[in-house]
Amino acid sequence: MSKKSKKIIIYKKEKELPPSAISFASMNYNKTGNWRNFRPVINYAKCTSCLICWKFCPEGAIKLKKTKKNNKEVIKPVINYDYCKGCGICWEECPTGAIDIIQEEED
Amino acid sequence: MRKLLIGNHALSYGAKLSRAEVISAYPITPQTEVVELLSEMCASGELKAKFIKVESEHSAMASLIGASAVGVRTFTATSSQGLALMHEMLHWAVGARTPIVMGNINRALAPPWSVWTEQNDSLSQRDTGWMQLYAQNNQEVLDSVIQAYKVAESIDLPAMVILAAFVLSHTSETVEIPDQKKVDAFLPSYKRKYKLDPTDPHAFGGLTNTENYYELRYKIQKAMEKALNKWEEVGKEFEEIFGRKYGLIETYKVSDAKNLIISSATIASTARNAIDKLREKGEKVGLLRIRVFRPFPAKKVRGILNSIDKAVVIDRNIGFGASGIFYQEVKAAMYNEKNTPPIFGVVAGLGGRDVTSKHIIEIYEDTIKKNKPKSDIIWKGLKE
Repeated sequence: MSKKSKKIIIYKKEKELPPSAISFASMNYNKTGNWRNFRPVINYAKCTSCLICWKFCPEGAIKLKKTKKNNKEVIKPVINYDYCKGCGICWEECPTGAIDIIQEEED
Repeated sequence: MRKLLIGNHALSYGAKLSRAEVISAYPITPQTEVVELLSEMCASGELKAKFIKVESEHSAMASLIGASAVGVRTFTATSSQGLALMHEMLHWAVGARTPIVMGNINRALAPPWSVWTEQNDSLSQRDTGWMQLYAQNNQEVLDSVIQAYKVAESIDLPAMVILAAFVLSHTSETVEIPDQKKVDAFLPSYKRKYKLDPTDPHAFGGLTNTENYYELRYKIQKAMEKALNKWEEVGKEFEEIFGRKYGLIETYKVSDAKNLIISSATIASTARNAIDKLREKGEKVGLLRIRVFRPFPAKKVRGILNSIDKAVVIDRNIGFGASGIFYQEVKAAMYNEKNTPPIFGVVAGLGGRDVTSKHIIEIYEDTIKKNKPKSDIIWKGLKE
């Protein structure tokens, strides 16, 4: 699968189709973050690394990264904007109000 | 090895012998024992499977669709209201072509609350694309789970193994437990071609345009048609290894029969006893038991009904506003045939009311003496 397979595919015969609908292009190239109207932004000063946002994210768009805070090893959530669709669930669920939600602006 | 098993535990042993790898379920009467035993097997390590506790049947099915898409063997069991709650995901499992095997215990739907047997729960899922198999005893329940995986995985469609609440689910019978090595040889591990794979991520079941959706539905229908032969093939292979015979239908004393009793599940097994008694009275009567209901074995039904004088279908279900559901299907299969016999349709035993050998004899004697049915439903034992 490559980038060039981004064009719309129309199969000529049913036999050419896989049994169920599967995207022809790899999701590595099909980045769905551009659907986003609102961008969640983590304020790491308030973040306690409880990871509730990571658990609730329906897209798996929050990754975990090992880092140091006050000389202690902590795991911090990092939003992957290539796939975050801006649903705002992380912002709603964050118990310390460490996630802000900002309107995206047109390019 | 022989064991005394309730029908529910026959399902659990079927899943265990098939080496289900992910089991996800929510308890409901009269299904609870199925997953209770499986969770114990998982906890003790006797069965190496991931057991997912969920908050609803909808989630049970959703989680299995994901697991099956990865390419592992999956199992769940439910009943009645639970199956109804799963409905949306039942369609999804078919469209995603995930060969999940599920036990369903036939229980009447509420209101009013009932826990007793009736087939309307599973028959309400008739057009989802799930294969449906109605078992008549606990041995068949266990054997059918193993066969269901083999058929389901060969055509990428899910299958339901269905048993009557309490009549089988909570009744102990002697069941031969097949040897694990033989089951392993009969049922190799599941291999999936189009997998959910994080190293090569693709979107599954995304928005599909009108140019392709129609063909994908065609493929489901083709798979169902293929399954007709598969059930027969797998049944034969099963017989060669384990010595017990299975097919799409089962017949009893039909070779010289003039009249036929048609039914499914445990009413059909009781009907054998009624047929023996009727034959003692000189009646030339046989039994057609429809074991696999989806895909519907129309050719098999035609093959038998073409040479019959009269037939009566006994349904423990009702298509409100129409008639018994097996009755509709049998009639539809015969419609374009030259020698369609008169077919009577009886609705009996709803909500688990007993249908005994005596009732079946009465049903036979009341219907067969008439030339043709006066209505689409003949009620049995109605307190008029």
